[in-house]
Amino acid sequence: MKRSTFTITILLALSLLIAACAPAAAPTAAPAAPAAAAPAAATEAPTAVTFARNETLYTGGKQWGPVSNWNPLMTGNYATGTIGLVYETLFLYDPLTDKFTPWLAASGKWTDATTYELKVRQGVTWSDGKPLTADDIKFTFELGQKTVLNFSSLWDWLGSITKVDDYTLDFKFKSALYQEWDNYLYNVPMLPQHLWASKDLKDVATGANDKPVGTGAYLYFAYDQAKMVWARNDNWWAIKALNLKVAPKYIVDLVNTSNENSLGLVLQGQEDLNNNYLPGISNLLAGGYALHTYYPAAPYHLAANTAWLDVNLQKKPMDDVEFRKALASSINVADIVSRDYGNMVQAANPTGLLPIWDKYVDQAVVKKLGISFDIDKAKSILKAAGYKDVNGDGFVENKDGSLIALKIIVPNGWSDWMAAIQIISNSTKAAGINVIPDYPDFNGYLDARLKGTFDLAIDNQVQVSNTPWSYYHFIFYDKLADIATTQGGNYGRYNNQTAFDLVTQLDKLATNDLAGMKAVISKIQTIQLTDLPIIPLWYNGMWAQMSSVNWTNWPSSADKDNHYLPVTWNGYWNMTSILMLTQLKPVVAK
Amino acid sequence: MRRYFTRKLLIYLLTFVLAVTIDWLIPRFMPGNPIQILISRAGLKAESANLIYSYYMQAFGLNVPIWQQYLNFWNALFHGDLGTSVWLFPQPVIQIIMRAVPFDVLLLLPAILVSWFAGNKFGAFAARSKWLDNTISPLGYILTATPYMWLGLMLGWLFGIILKILPFSGAYSYAMMPNLSWAFVGSLLEHWILPFTSLFLVMFGGWAIGMRNMIIYELEADYSHYLEALGAPRKLVRNYAFRNAILPQITGLALQLGVIVGGALVTEIVFSYPGIGFLILQAIQNHDFFLLQGCFLFIIIGVLLANFAIDIIYVLVDPRTRTGMQGEG
Repeated sequence: MKRSTFTITILLALSLLIAACAPAAAPTAAPAAPAAAAPAAATEAPTAVTFARNETLYTGGKQWGPVSNWNPLMTGNYATGTIGLVYETLFLYDPLTDKFTPWLAASGKWTDATTYELKVRQGVTWSDGKPLTADDIKFTFELGQKTVLNFSSLWDWLGSITKVDDYTLDFKFKSALYQEWDNYLYNVPMLPQHLWASKDLKDVATGANDKPVGTGAYLYFAYDQAKMVWARNDNWWAIKALNLKVAPKYIVDLVNTSNENSLGLVLQGQEDLNNNYLPGISNLLAGGYALHTYYPAAPYHLAANTAWLDVNLQKKPMDDVEFRKALASSINVADIVSRDYGNMVQAANPTGLLPIWDKYVDQAVVKKLGISFDIDKAKSILKAAGYKDVNGDGFVENKDGSLIALKIIVPNGWSDWMAAIQIISNSTKAAGINVIPDYPDFNGYLDARLKGTFDLAIDNQVQVSNTPWSYYHFIFYDKLADIATTQGGNYGRYNNQTAFDLVTQLDKLATNDLAGMKAVISKIQTIQLTDLPIIPLWYNGMWAQMSSVNWTNWPSSADKDNHYLPVTWNGYWNMTSILMLTQLKPVVAK
Repeated sequence: MRRYFTRKLLIYLLTFVLAVTIDWLIPRFMPGNPIQILISRAGLKAESANLIYSYYMQAFGLNVPIWQQYLNFWNALFHGDLGTSVWLFPQPVIQIIMRAVPFDVLLLLPAILVSWFAGNKFGAFAARSKWLDNTISPLGYILTATPYMWLGLMLGWLFGIILKILPFSGAYSYAMMPNLSWAFVGSLLEHWILPFTSLFLVMFGGWAIGMRNMIIYELEADYSHYLEALGAPRKLVRNYAFRNAILPQITGLALQLGVIVGGALVTEIVFSYPGIGFLILQAIQNHDFFLLQGCFLFIIIGVLLANFAIDIIYVLVDPRTRTGMQGEG
């Protein structure tokens, strides 16, 4: 091989590559296309291919793969912000103040026990210029009746929707589940009838819906392998109606590849808001990186969901409530909080209710029945219940003398949880219960829980919501036979009709009936703490690292700052994250 | 000659069928079910999940017996249909892969070729003198033993975060959309340097060590001693040694080129480089049968093509192969 051949080959290869790259990139070089399709009446056509730093907000933390669809009905894998930035909901819900804000709705109220009257906001337009009317909302809800969507089960108890006038609808219920209904009010995205009515139902439910047309503050701009780009909608209805203006002209949501990469981008000030769990962020807050979290000190982040221990009640010895009590007493949660999480999380209340639901915790019940970490107590419960160490290996055996060796599972790669189950294993072993950490891949973990073949597993599937009903509905999910396919919760297969009935009763209570809710919840808590179907451990955070290198006025717990949720995950924009965008200020003025 | 290639082709065809079958089988041996993962990520309401579950099982053709799925798979494959991704639903697998492939080629082809040429030159050079051997060889050993990921992280940290002179994430600036301009090409190159360097250094070490060992081995071979005894100049002996030593390196090169698609998994993850490697990892984690099959299909085809190319190149560069074929024919 001569040098000249070598050089020529390299040059040839490189030129081929650059050539190969260009056409491949072309389909994603979408800026021209959306501009053409862009609303006639709406904004000026976006033409930029380079986004000015002081007009662009970079976010990350939701998108774990290239963007694949913009269908707001495909909960879970639509592009970040599809619901919230483009498609909007009837109300926003603020979990911190427990208040609903009318959004696409002007107002809503129960006119009798089974009729909900919804007034639709006037002056809202779709980004193609057509007005939003009651027809669009009726159409959206009725789609759930025609095909299988996430809100289809609503039609089990909703009778009909009647259009009173262009901006008023009456929802007639067969039986009103008030708690659940409120949840739909801020979670169901409203769709334009004039564009969706002609789609076939398969396309409605599972189509990619490229070039989405919504009512929201942002318009589809472009996407590629590494990001989704939204451009501000300067004709957004809330500018006039609510005097709100979102600050960033572009939102660029970056695809996550690894936590290390995200950390680098945040430290460099390239990513303005990151919603990944970044271990050790507390050490970096003081590191001169212009970073901050919602709270300046521990626990740093707001609580997003409860991590609890699923206990498989179908297996020995977990079917014995005394054993479960001993197990619960033997888990050193404080150690997980301090050593694993560096105090970035808080230990959970024994009921597992999130801090926003504190008002529903019956302190008397918790005081009487709540279990806290106490190795000696764990040992004495085991002893009293007849669990003895027969073979002298330091661990108790079943009452029939067979060995107890329980596997506790979390998905492989979830490093914080992996460390947590090591700590759990150490502390239960100290009490004489042999718990062995095991890390199957995510599929194996999911499968073991769905089929009920696990011993112990960590779970955290209920996010903050408007009602503790959603939490209880999950841990007391009553269709035991269907768990494997519905993923409805209750993976330990706890079976208690009284508890199930109480949860249904809670669903039927008016959302302003605080006393009634508390009374029912107190009964549920008594059952939960007596029977221990699950063992609440800690609260996972709404991980949010905010960089003030390019944008300031971020949410924080300080009185002078706003308290919107700094979270880009699905279901959070329609809580209050969209309002966060109205508060941001660019560091470099235009 | 014809018989040689016919036989080779048959073997390749058989290998292809077997490899693709294994490729199809393996993900299906993993515990669990991709639809469950899809539903789990969607956070569906339990009341709706049952219906959606059966809907997706049908949509992905997972509700028919396994042998039927296998036949359907081959049938679709011959129609050029690699299926729909579960993880990136509802995008077709082929589309996802085609978007990622250019980045793999852009990163790996230069890294493999440049490191091969440079590594072989250096290796051969190092074998010449004790002094060079003592300095360059240990360096080669260190480089080739370095994990790609560690080197990548170190380079990213040093040049990206401490010195702030090179970007360490993405294939081009996050502030740009692909377009034909110098600014974009510049950005592409700038983002290419660190991942390229990390791949180049590790591969370079491997090639250099391999070449150095081969040369030393060849110089000790009987024909070298014989040549020397005949009084041939050292340069001539070395040239012969080099020509013999390069043969296994060519095989190695072909194998590397074969996995050019998806061969830089770890590097792509460290640098958020949007190639196939990253897709493979995610496809495994998300139990995405279809995407995983598609990615591996590309790798299988790549490896087979590379091997075939090697068969041809050997005929050209190694006279012994030609002699063998003539003897056979």
